[in-house]
Amino acid sequence: MNNKKPKSVFKEGAINSEFIGNSIYKHQTKTSIGAHNIFLGQVRADVIDGKTVSAIEYTAYEDMANSKFYEIRESAFEKFDLTCMHIYHSLGKVSTGEICLFVFVSSPRRKVVFEALEYIVEAIKADVPVFGKEIFEDETHQWKQNT
Amino acid sequence: MFITIKYFGQIAEITKQNEESMEFSGRLVSELLDILYSKYDALKSKDFQVAQNQELVFDNTEITGSEIALLPPFAGG
Repeated sequence: MNNKKPKSVFKEGAINSEFIGNSIYKHQTKTSIGAHNIFLGQVRADVIDGKTVSAIEYTAYEDMANSKFYEIRESAFEKFDLTCMHIYHSLGKVSTGEICLFVFVSSPRRKVVFEALEYIVEAIKADVPVFGKEIFEDETHQWKQNT
Repeated sequence: MFITIKYFGQIAEITKQNEESMEFSGRLVSELLDILYSKYDALKSKDFQVAQNQELVFDNTEITGSEIALLPPFAGG
C-alpha cells in the first residue's frame, strides 16, 4: 500500500527527536517494510571570517516549495519501490545542533532506500526555494547558499 | 498587465519589501528586470533566478503570468 497523499512539509522551528522517534514508531504497523532510511539535516556552527553561526532562520516561497516537494515525492515513488516517504523541513529559527530537515523513506528492501534517500535529499537541496539566513553570535548575518 | 512580484531572502533586503504590484507593459522577463534594476540598483550585483507562476523562467521568456518571484540561491536542508 503506497502512501502518496501530499502532506504539509514545513514545520515551525526545529524538528525535535521525539517527533522523529514517534515517526519511526508509527511504522511498526506497516509490516511489509523491511528497511527504513533516514536523513537528518543539522544546523552547523560554521565559522566565517572569525564569526560563528549560532542559528539559521529559514524562509520559503511556500507555494512553489510545496509544489516542488510534491514533484520530488511523485518522482521518487515512480523511480523507486518505496512503501512510504515523509519529508519535514523547518521554517523560522533553528539553532546550531538542531534538526532542520527530516527525510524518512521505507521499502521492503534495503538497496532501494539508500538510493532513494540520496535522490530525494539532493533534489530538495537543488530545486526547492528555501532560503537560509545564517545568524552569527554577534547578531550580524549572511545568506546561506547550497553548494 | 498587472503583475505581482515577490521578493525573498537577500533580494527582499534590497527591495525592503516582500512583494509589490505594478502595471507592466513590456513583453519579456528581461524587460521587467531592467525596470527593477533601475528601481533597485543593488539588484544588479545579486545572484537570483526568476519564477513565473511558480516555475523557473529565463530572461527571454515572455511574461504571461501574474505572479513573478525573484529567488536568491536556495539553502534548504
